[in-house]
Amino acid sequence: MEIWNRHFECMDRDGIRHVQSERLRETVERVYFNVPYYRNRMQEAGLGPENIQTIDDLAKLPFTTKPDLRDNYPFGLFAVPMSEIVRLHASSGTTGKPTVVGYTRNDISTWSEVMARTLTSAGANKNDFIQVAYGYGLFTGGLGLHYGGEKIGASVIPISGGNTSRQIQLMKDFGSTVLACTPSYALYLAEAIQESGIKRDDLKLRVGVFGAEPWTENMRREIEDKLKIKAIDIYGLSEVIGPGVASECLVQEGLHINEDHFYPEIIDPVTLKVLPAGSTGELVFTTLTKEGLPLIRYRTRDLTRLIYDKCKCGRTMVRMDKCLGRSDDMLIIRGVNLFPSQVESVLLEMSEIKPHYLLIVDRVNNLDTLELKVEVDEAFFQDKISQLESLRQKLQNNLENSLGLAIKVTLVEPKIIERSEGKSKRVIDKRKF
Amino acid sequence: MIIHQLSIFLENKSGRLTEVLEALGEENIRITALSVADTTEFGILRLIVSEPEKARELLKKQNFTVNLTEVISVMAPNEAKHYAKILRILSDLDISVEYTYAFSVGDKSIIILRCSNTEDAIKALKSHEMELLKASDLYKI
Repeated sequence: MEIWNRHFECMDRDGIRHVQSERLRETVERVYFNVPYYRNRMQEAGLGPENIQTIDDLAKLPFTTKPDLRDNYPFGLFAVPMSEIVRLHASSGTTGKPTVVGYTRNDISTWSEVMARTLTSAGANKNDFIQVAYGYGLFTGGLGLHYGGEKIGASVIPISGGNTSRQIQLMKDFGSTVLACTPSYALYLAEAIQESGIKRDDLKLRVGVFGAEPWTENMRREIEDKLKIKAIDIYGLSEVIGPGVASECLVQEGLHINEDHFYPEIIDPVTLKVLPAGSTGELVFTTLTKEGLPLIRYRTRDLTRLIYDKCKCGRTMVRMDKCLGRSDDMLIIRGVNLFPSQVESVLLEMSEIKPHYLLIVDRVNNLDTLELKVEVDEAFFQDKISQLESLRQKLQNNLENSLGLAIKVTLVEPKIIERSEGKSKRVIDKRKF
Repeated sequence: MIIHQLSIFLENKSGRLTEVLEALGEENIRITALSVADTTEFGILRLIVSEPEKARELLKKQNFTVNLTEVISVMAPNEAKHYAKILRILSDLDISVEYTYAFSVGDKSIIILRCSNTEDAIKALKSHEMELLKASDLYKI
């Protein structure tokens, strides 16, 4: 099995700790002197850069959260002047404000490096044709895979998401060997291929790198069966860098974290204490080399555990389990992050509707579906079908515009939706992970 | 001449219509006319009943979305040409009919109309000597 960067990916634990400590010192110094937000937080805690000498000192530093990014929208947490930023990406946020990430030229190079490791660990090399069916644009998926693919010298097909019949045609005509997309889209494609009548032998597909949404071992088996490929799980989040934070190797026993760039901790999401090695808890990342948007102890809200044993593939980089869930109420729908509070804020803008809602998430034919049930306000109800229909349509449009997701809206009778007593049930997720 | 019709928002779920009628039945409310407009997901139940205010309160207590809507009622021979004439009178004056439903009693039609402008519709139909029914007339049927 090929390893892209044997020096770092197979470094012994002492060696990696030394690299991490040195890079942490540099990062803390950079944020302290360049980002007022971090300087203030450190001063409040009575800390200066001199207090952070090794990776063991990390726990002294305060956490960073998604709301902190939002409060400093758009560029408040950047650690370099904008003249050094060469790329901006963004993901959807809770109040209509996206989370913005900026990359310097070095950051793009780091990202390409970690993506090259990801693709290599999935068994790809310069002889491969990589069909990138992740979305290109503000979403980090498409361009992340693209740069990694070019870095390893593969032939990259930047087809982006959607247009299934074209995906299948090019997959056959170009002889794609690697498919990169969300796991649910991979399953959808698998079925579309079966229906198209194209024989499996006409395709050269060998491996898939799938991520950006949670998926189960069952789903993996289904994809592997239907597409006759190896399905590799990859993990990342745009705040940290995008895809390339962690990825499985062909052993498929956990995802190797590129811990020379992103230092992982597992904390108890309630007490915020760091948990002993092997415990399940919330994953927290500190970036060790990022220049544009360095993050100190960023809470991902993803629940998992870390595995420090050496992997059969030879890599020593710590592995994380498949994510088990979230410590907040964020949903991932077709790769898009969605908080129920986003739906609520759209509803609150419309006086015709009561802010009582129930969001039902399901997976139909391998694609996530969203249905929103909302109560019709009596003050608005006027006995005309056309009026109710246009209300429904308006809400559906407003939701799609502000969330970037198609949601089917259903009007329901009042008081059907359970009222909040403490924690109300706003979301029913019927998908099985 | 204005008649207060009950309009009730209903989800398309089995048993909902029954529940409305049972609730009204318990208070001995009589139904003169009933019509349902439906889409795939919800419907609007329209009722002319003997005691609309009382019926409304009753249904509200049971958590139905209910409103009173102003409609008018015309009695005419139950031949198509009479129904057509009524609609023609209104359309000639640009009064639009949002919906209408009717039922026969003997050789007479009782026509219920929901118009864009109720007052103008009443005036127009009266000037053509149409026989408009009062609420009290309707409830007696």
